[in-house]
Amino acid sequence: MEKVYINSIGSISAQKTFDNNDFLEEITPYEDTVISAIEPNYKDFIPPAAARRMAKGIKMGVVASKIALEEAHLTDIDAIITGTGMGCVRDSEKFVTAILDNNEQFLTPTSFIQSTHNTVAGQIALGIGCKGYNFTYVHSSISFESALMDALMQLECREAENILVGGVDESGEHTNAIHKLIKHIKPEKVHSNKLLHSNTVGAVFGEGANFFVLSNNKQEFSYAQVLDVKTYNTLAKPELMAVLKAFLKENELSEADIDVLISGNNGDIDYDDYYLDLTNGPFKNTQQVYYKHLSGEFNTASAFGFWLGAKILKTQHTPSAITLNTFRANKIESILLYNQYRGKNHSFTLLRRC
Amino acid sequence: MSDLKQELKEKIITQLNLEDIAIEEIADNDPLFGDGLGLDSIDALELIVMLDKDYGIKLTDPKEGKKIFESIEVMAKYIAEHRTK
Repeated sequence: MEKVYINSIGSISAQKTFDNNDFLEEITPYEDTVISAIEPNYKDFIPPAAARRMAKGIKMGVVASKIALEEAHLTDIDAIITGTGMGCVRDSEKFVTAILDNNEQFLTPTSFIQSTHNTVAGQIALGIGCKGYNFTYVHSSISFESALMDALMQLECREAENILVGGVDESGEHTNAIHKLIKHIKPEKVHSNKLLHSNTVGAVFGEGANFFVLSNNKQEFSYAQVLDVKTYNTLAKPELMAVLKAFLKENELSEADIDVLISGNNGDIDYDDYYLDLTNGPFKNTQQVYYKHLSGEFNTASAFGFWLGAKILKTQHTPSAITLNTFRANKIESILLYNQYRGKNHSFTLLRRC
Repeated sequence: MSDLKQELKEKIITQLNLEDIAIEEIADNDPLFGDGLGLDSIDALELIVMLDKDYGIKLTDPKEGKKIFESIEVMAKYIAEHRTK
């Protein structure tokens, strides 16, 4: 089986991450219940005629993918695989609102056309003229990992050489209002620095697009090797350790081989226990980092964690804003990412220095 | 009539997300499609819905749109003659 490498990255998040020369040098703090992505000047990347029908999620995805393709020195790609939990939710909201407001009359086509979940992957393909495999996974908070898994299998089996993989989700006003109502979004504004000590239910929601060129051709500019990814729709807390051990064993590793744990804690008092089992358990003496205080929680927030892992392995640097404990690995060779949302859709991802 | 033309320009910019175009940049006789504003078939559908919703004009034959949407001048004239709202 071929090895798979992260050859390039492109990120748009609630931090200024669209410049690949920076690595969280300047942190934007928030005190809110929902945080928005910091957007680049889209006109630098998308012709105005093409951009005028694109909602924020599409623009974020198209630009993040352009940044990744440019860094990989590629103008075309064998496949485009995206993951999204909610798809183009703003246009969906717009379309459904128009149905209700106009009594099912006078429906305009644009928001309907752009509201489908695979719009981002489609627009990327249209933009670069890619007629290859184009697939979008809509699997809640393992959407990105599902896309990643597909790409890994294709690259390991040499069915493709370069694949663009990404996770994208935009924030929708009405959707957020519902999440607030059912307390999936925290009732109170929380400062980024205090997210994990809020002691309240719910999360601070966010949005973003994180794209990567994965390849079985290692380049001198490659970020990391992707060793493995595994997902679980349901996982009872007592099973977590056994499943983790088995996952590491399949990759001929143990907990002691992990240099950095990237944990998906979002400060939800009801569900952070899963993470605490790892951070206070087998990884107690391992360097730990977290990121959802910077990115916010969304279905593909774990793609931001993946971006973080790739950056850490390439730069061998861990910005102070993401440290969860005081341990510092001398050399960072292996990184484990663990994510879950509301006790469901768990994922383990393993990255290795290359 | 000039108020209607102004109104149409505003609506076209807003509803078709032509955020880079100012009202003053659209001349009354500029072609809306092709070399002029560069609108396309999806925009034509948006304009058909706009005529129905805002002016009570139902276009039964989509081919009619080609003539009606030639320019702001032609569109305003057609709306003024056929509007029910």
